[in-house]
Amino acid sequence: GYLDEQFIQLEDLQDEANPNFVEEVVKLFYTDSARLLRKIDLALDDRPFDFEKLDDVMHQFMGSSSSIGAKRVQRKCTEFQEYSKDGNFEGCTRTFQEVKHEYATLKKKLENYFQLAKVAR
Amino acid sequence: MVLVKKQRSNCSSNELHVLAVDDSFVDRKVVERLLKISSCKVTVVESGRSALQFLGLDGETSCVGFDELKVNLIMTDYSMPGMTGYELLKKIKGSSKLREIPVVVMSSENIMTRIDSCIEEGAEEFLVKPLKLSDVERLKDFILKGDDKNRKNNNSNSLSRKRKSQDDLVLPMPMATLCSARNHDFPSQPKSMLDQPLQKQPRLVQTD
Repeated sequence: GYLDEQFIQLEDLQDEANPNFVEEVVKLFYTDSARLLRKIDLALDDRPFDFEKLDDVMHQFMGSSSSIGAKRVQRKCTEFQEYSKDGNFEGCTRTFQEVKHEYATLKKKLENYFQLAKVAR
Repeated sequence: MVLVKKQRSNCSSNELHVLAVDDSFVDRKVVERLLKISSCKVTVVESGRSALQFLGLDGETSCVGFDELKVNLIMTDYSMPGMTGYELLKKIKGSSKLREIPVVVMSSENIMTRIDSCIEEGAEEFLVKPLKLSDVERLKDFILKGDDKNRKNNNSNSLSRKRKSQDDLVLPMPMATLCSARNHDFPSQPKSMLDQPLQKQPRLVQTD
């Protein structure tokens, strides 16, 4: 699965007074992620290469992913951080493409999910 | 710039007022919701500096009287740019005005030395993110009980070092994928947290 129990925790925080809480959090996640992923893209183009900065930004992205329960994205971020800690540029670049792929897949699935949820209400 | 988002509710004055500090948009939204669902008054800020300004500790007077906004609990993220949660904790515990306010540190990383340093510095608890409703409810109960028992008589060393019980069940990834020359696990002497390389241990889903 793409989402873990944390996503369910967030759904449990929704009620009639706050029926769109999860969607609001996810939208914040999209905005935040766009910013952080762009930062990583730029940092990967930077010379000299700054592994510490990469690690730091990826850590922030991983934190947000974990907060919404995006476990597959989170796992890819962990892989990336292993490469950045080892100073492995190729590993970072390759894994980052995989991070972006997982993120894009998740985003599509979430968009479908929220559409269905609206129809069901 | 102080970014403060404050919610007032119609509940009685024995509602807990919690100040939450986190640089992450997503985490601020989640912690705010968790606290409101637990019937707490919530103020959310984005940095340690903003927190100190709000508490009236930054050399500037806060914009309203301190008593009116009495804070019962401070929850702060550990990793923040500028001032870390640990540094914020030290400033609060170093202030005669604020040291009695319980402080809880949150982090997405479960690092023993980090936890120990925070507890030694006076944090009530160290919570591993992502936060759950049960974490907040447990905290709230603890704070309310503490108020009843006149916590000022307790030595901070006598408070148990509470971590989430499921942290003990966090399983490491296969060692081959985690080991690296820069990965220092649990040094015998706690060093300054600011010098430690961040250690990333993935948190696996725990079934309760």
